[in-house]
Amino acid sequence: MTPLHQYLFLSALLFGVGLAGALTRRNAIIVLIGIELMLNAANLNFIAFWRFSRHPELATGLMFVLFSIGIAAAEAAVGLALIIAIYRHYRTANLDQFDSMKG
Amino acid sequence: MQEILDQLFVLLKAWLVGFFPLPWQPLVSILISVAALILVFALLFAVATILERKGLGRIQNRYGPNRVGPCGFFQPIADGLKMLIKEDIVPSGADRVVHFLAPIALVAPVLLAFSVLPYGRNMAPIDLDAGIVVFFAVGAGTELAVFMAGWSSRNKYSLLGAMRAIAQMISYEVPLILSSVTVIMIVGSLRPIQIVEAQAGYQGWLPAWHVFTPWGLAGFLLFAIAATAESNRSPFDMPEGESEIVAGYFVEYSGFKFALFFMGEYFGMFAISGLAITLFLGGWHAPLPFLEKSIPSYVWFFVKLFGFIAMFIWLRGTLPRLRVDQLMNFAWKFVLPMTLLNILAAGLWRFLPAGATRWLVCLVILLGAFLALGRSMVARRKWSPRKYRFAE
Amino acid sequence: MDPVFAFLALLTTAGAVAAVSLRNLVHCALCLVVAFAGLAALYLQLNAQFIGFAQILVYVGAVAILIVFAILLTRGSEPGNQPILSSSWQAGLGVAVLVLGALGVAVASSFVRYYPVSPAPQPTVRELGEQLMTNYVLPLEVIGLLLTAAMIGAVIIAMHEKQGPR
Repeated sequence: MTPLHQYLFLSALLFGVGLAGALTRRNAIIVLIGIELMLNAANLNFIAFWRFSRHPELATGLMFVLFSIGIAAAEAAVGLALIIAIYRHYRTANLDQFDSMKG
Repeated sequence: MQEILDQLFVLLKAWLVGFFPLPWQPLVSILISVAALILVFALLFAVATILERKGLGRIQNRYGPNRVGPCGFFQPIADGLKMLIKEDIVPSGADRVVHFLAPIALVAPVLLAFSVLPYGRNMAPIDLDAGIVVFFAVGAGTELAVFMAGWSSRNKYSLLGAMRAIAQMISYEVPLILSSVTVIMIVGSLRPIQIVEAQAGYQGWLPAWHVFTPWGLAGFLLFAIAATAESNRSPFDMPEGESEIVAGYFVEYSGFKFALFFMGEYFGMFAISGLAITLFLGGWHAPLPFLEKSIPSYVWFFVKLFGFIAMFIWLRGTLPRLRVDQLMNFAWKFVLPMTLLNILAAGLWRFLPAGATRWLVCLVILLGAFLALGRSMVARRKWSPRKYRFAE
Repeated sequence: MDPVFAFLALLTTAGAVAAVSLRNLVHCALCLVVAFAGLAALYLQLNAQFIGFAQILVYVGAVAILIVFAILLTRGSEPGNQPILSSSWQAGLGVAVLVLGALGVAVASSFVRYYPVSPAPQPTVRELGEQLMTNYVLPLEVIGLLLTAAMIGAVIIAMHEKQGPR
């Protein structure tokens, strides 16, 4: 059985990759992909802590992840709708060019 | 004797597994199950193709294939050989890696879906607590394979076909899941085996299958509609509509990759029929009490599966193809509200006392909704005599 | 290290790195699917069966498809040879490396390294459902409301704007 800290290292790595993607890429969709990766890294943490907890029968970690998956789905839908609306306006999905607040 | 016949394959597997040392036995057991599944369904695929071609031929007043073997029944072998030795063409603009992976990504999830269905007494390849969720989860994987095929071919027809297919599959996945939710609610479990066991027994001559209750019948019909759309079968075969977009997402595939797509489509049809049988038609239970003991359970499963295949062929030979907008309207304005009301009906059925009242209440809800929704959809149509503008 | 865990960790990390670093956006989305599938397999490793399959159902079946659709709807007018990194990418990468380092040091120095491996719990879907209907009813209702609101909001945002002044 894999010890807990290996899961935590993996989760930290995924979080770092997601953060790097969200902060360095120009395309808005890749930024969203990075955010999804960060959310998933957090989910992995929840599941790992649940698995190694003293009271796994309470299923707190599982519940948290279930709700987090639901929120991630909502976030992806709204985020992509925003990207499409902005693209329709500026004709680009390039974050560097969304530089004015006037519509 | 009948007991042995019923458990023949279970005993055979146990006997074969017994030859191996103890630590290997779980692995060997899995491998035997996988081999049996692939063998049985590949054979069923061959039989279904020839039955479909012959049946469609009869419906359209022609013979169908009748050259290879007795009455043309060896046609699938000839087809398979032809597919294997054909040249494998990849378009020059295609994304080679994704183009190669797409057919694999389509067939693998469907094979996974086979693993959770119970085929007979003690004959479920894996017994998972969340079996029905597994089925839908791997079903969701095929949508991505369709996209990969359509996008990587770098062909406008392919991309259009893939977009249509994904839109259709996502739209009909919602009613598909919601109509099976009724059964899960009543049985109180996501385990396919437990769902089948809940349908054991008879009330008089009538088996206690879910399809013989008002919510079960409505759920079964809605499930069958959504399943037809989900497996891209006619009348919902817009994704490959030959007359509009050539063949949809697999235009640019030839040889064995095309065969894999073809196989994936049939496998999807078998898998979803198997799920319908598990959820609504009593799984491997016999339709009449005196047949329960005399004929092995797996025979009943496959008899029902052939019934489904015959129904799909019949539908394909009978109904014309829908338009895309008609399909979407039908999914979101008719099937989806009906499934939601069906959940309400199932809940009432669960909590009302057994008897004529709950039959009446459920029937009133479902028939009322059916009539109201149907009328409102038809009333908004403006019928007028058809004008043939191009055929004069 | 457990070979299955090593393989899944490698697969997930490779998928994640490819998803944020490739030039072709569709390839990014497909690699993201690999990462999601790897995570689902890790959840199965951790005995969270239902969550693992829900992860596949939601992320592979819905979120990935949404991303793919958004990619196809928002491309075309850009020339192919633009840089893929944003203008302030050095600062972003620095922040990411700092965060990764901080997390790594925190995990490495914490007591979880010596945490005992507890016996594997076997949660059934029924138990999860009972929890959802007793202790977690309010969050469940709220998430239902949130999803409905998000759906309506997404449709309204992405709907075609009316031409001309209103």
